Amino acid sequence: MSIVPAFPEVLRQILKKPVTNLFPARYLPKSITGFLNKVAAGEATINPPVALPPNFRGKITYDRDICIGCKLCVRVCPAHAIEFLPETKTVRIFVTQCIFCAQCNDVCPVTCLHMSDEFMLADTNRYSENLIVE
Amino acid sequence: MSNKPVYTIPIGPIHPALKEPILFTFDIQGEVINAVDFAPGKVHRGVEWMGMRRNPVQIVHLCDRICGICGVSHTLAFARAVEQIAEIEVPERAHYVRSIIAEFERIQSHLLWAGVAAHELGFDTLFHLAWRVREEAMDVIEYLTGNRINYGIVQVGGVRRDFTEDQFPRIRKALETYEGLVNKLVTLFLEDTTIKLRCMNTGVLTEKDALELCTVGPTARASGLKMDVRADAPYAAYGDIDVKAILPDVYADCIKGDVYDRIVVRLFEVVDSVRIIRDLMDQMPAWPVLWETRYAKILSTCKKAEGEAIGRVEAPRGECFHYVRMNGSEAPQQWKVKASTYSNQMSWLKILQGEQIADIPIIVASIDPCMSCTDRVTVIRDGSPDVMTKDTLHRLSVEKTRRLQA
Repeated sequence: MSIVPAFPEVLRQILKKPVTNLFPARYLPKSITGFLNKVAAGEATINPPVALPPNFRGKITYDRDICIGCKLCVRVCPAHAIEFLPETKTVRIFVTQCIFCAQCNDVCPVTCLHMSDEFMLADTNRYSENLIVE
Repeated sequence: MSNKPVYTIPIGPIHPALKEPILFTFDIQGEVINAVDFAPGKVHRGVEWMGMRRNPVQIVHLCDRICGICGVSHTLAFARAVEQIAEIEVPERAHYVRSIIAEFERIQSHLLWAGVAAHELGFDTLFHLAWRVREEAMDVIEYLTGNRINYGIVQVGGVRRDFTEDQFPRIRKALETYEGLVNKLVTLFLEDTTIKLRCMNTGVLTEKDALELCTVGPTARASGLKMDVRADAPYAAYGDIDVKAILPDVYADCIKGDVYDRIVVRLFEVVDSVRIIRDLMDQMPAWPVLWETRYAKILSTCKKAEGEAIGRVEAPRGECFHYVRMNGSEAPQQWKVKASTYSNQMSWLKILQGEQIADIPIIVASIDPCMSCTDRVTVIRDGSPDVMTKDTLHRLSVEKTRRLQA
């Protein structure tokens, strides 16, 4: 029994592949946008992102045409992210406020709300077009 | 020694050695701590205030966010309290799903703590190893609930997602991984000379002190107190299976109540959790998992409910306690959250006394503090923000009662 049992474990690590998720590029590119343009043009390859788990809860999607305006989703939303629009009897969802619990999906009697796989939602403006669903 | 001057050193509210904001004031003589004082309340977020303006179906998701690590424990405690008030019968299978998630949470929380403890000792190799191993539990939780943290799986009256038969092999694979790792983890943590030197006989909390200071969870068990809510007052599916409080004598011969014993308790609880999940999976009953799938019915039942109840859950850090009072309106009239660190934090005064400055980080971390779960009060007017005496608190509570009666 070794007095430093972590030492053999560390040596074993050297031979193993890293367990962390890989950076999209093999080496840090000089310009990220330049690298992405190259990827789009097919000149460079990108490490694929980590696969999403099944039933992932991403950005909400809303089908305005089926919505019956029952306001149940407004009642169960923990973050008060859903606003009711009385003129059109539809809802408006603020994605920055949304906590992605998908409770409104469960409660909707006509299933007009769904969670998509989209998760890259960072923006400098809280009220940008991408972050308001209606 | 005695002619050395005594210095008062404040550490915090924000300090690199602390993971969360809290203010410590140490009276230091040479390298030795003479006295300790601390002031929590630096991360008050008004969670209860928010809860008392929402209905129970909304609050379960707010509960998830009280603590990032023991998310399901808070939600489970709250759901249990509301279910008792509204007399909702939770389906059998939902109990099992809740327990399995709670046990996976315990595994990841204890491994997270083990990593943090190694980091506080300056042993970052072990920190990275522990956190790599922890990923397996996180991945299973993500696979089962859809999220790594803030699972959002518990609902008043059951759970929102069921486990299907084809998900079981993935759970079994994770359990096998942990069973294979047990011996390695025990060797790496408990037979290491550095860890032995730093942790043995450091931060000792005697059994008597642990009892008098009302400590809970692994902190109490490491001092030899046989208490575990899962065994003492079984909730969810723990009544159906065999759960025993893990004491440090499963590994060592005697119980000292030092930091080393706290590592022993947490590591062997991981082992026990794996066994519990296996037992739970073997006897899982058939569906349903939700008492009522129409949320409008859940909402109206909760609205009609009147009365008060408590929910107790053994969170990874100890007993988590929720008090709910409903008075026939949409939102609860009163909601009180007592996280486990609230009970454990007073033991700092005892265990830090007479220790060295260099041991402060590991001793503070040894009770697995979670300040943001604990902070329920912060004083913003009327008097000094640092100290609230018993008389002041009593006066405030009388005033509030009068206000409610008016």
